Amino acid sequence: MKALYFAWVRERVGKSEEEIAPQASVATVDDLMTWLAEKDEAYAHAFEKKSVIRAALDRAHVSHDARIAGAKEIAFFPPMTGG
Amino acid sequence: MAGAAKPIVRVQREDFDPAVESEALRRGRADIGALVTFVGLCRDEGGTLQALEIEHYGAMAIAEIERVAAEALSRWPLLGATIVHRYGLIEASGRIVLVAVAAAHRGDAFEAASFLMDYLKTRAPFWKRAHLVGGARGDWVEPRGADDISAARWRAAES
Repeated sequence: MKALYFAWVRERVGKSEEEIAPQASVATVDDLMTWLAEKDEAYAHAFEKKSVIRAALDRAHVSHDARIAGAKEIAFFPPMTGG
Repeated sequence: MAGAAKPIVRVQREDFDPAVESEALRRGRADIGALVTFVGLCRDEGGTLQALEIEHYGAMAIAEIERVAAEALSRWPLLGATIVHRYGLIEASGRIVLVAVAAAHRGDAFEAASFLMDYLKTRAPFWKRAHLVGGARGDWVEPRGADDISAARWRAAES
């Protein structure tokens, strides 16, 4: 699946998008954040406070307990500050 | 022909003209009795802010604003709505967002415009970063708790 990162999540991770292939045991958005945080220090920094990070699956907001199976695109970002 | 038009949603780098947008919403219609236009501007924060850099998730921004607009149309008897949100670098005093809402009566138009802005602030995927006077790149703008509270009052109104 494609992972997208925005704002300070993007800066901490060091890239705006990438292809990821988590194993099947990574079932939810929360699991995926934990899995990403284990990749290296940059990801660990980005995902150190999971509770503040928002996620979207296939371009719609989801909660952290949403299941990721079947999604083509997942995005992680801080709370929005538009408008 | 009366009735709600499909909302017009645009996400763009270029500036917009609020007068042109609101005129387009009412032109040729005699059923509209109220037209509320809100324009969000870039404050200079007491002379310290040069510009805002607005990052966005383009593919989701349009979809999310359309969902929010559809919800406004389902809650109020609107006769039209236009929402324009800019991204990129916006200098202090520049326009950031436009919400224009047409209805038969002002109460519906005011409420729907307020709802749209509250929901855009908390749901539309845009992130602001400050550029300070003197050229330094400032921090990402922190979300205001007041925005969540404003958005939550519409959910409270449902029950």
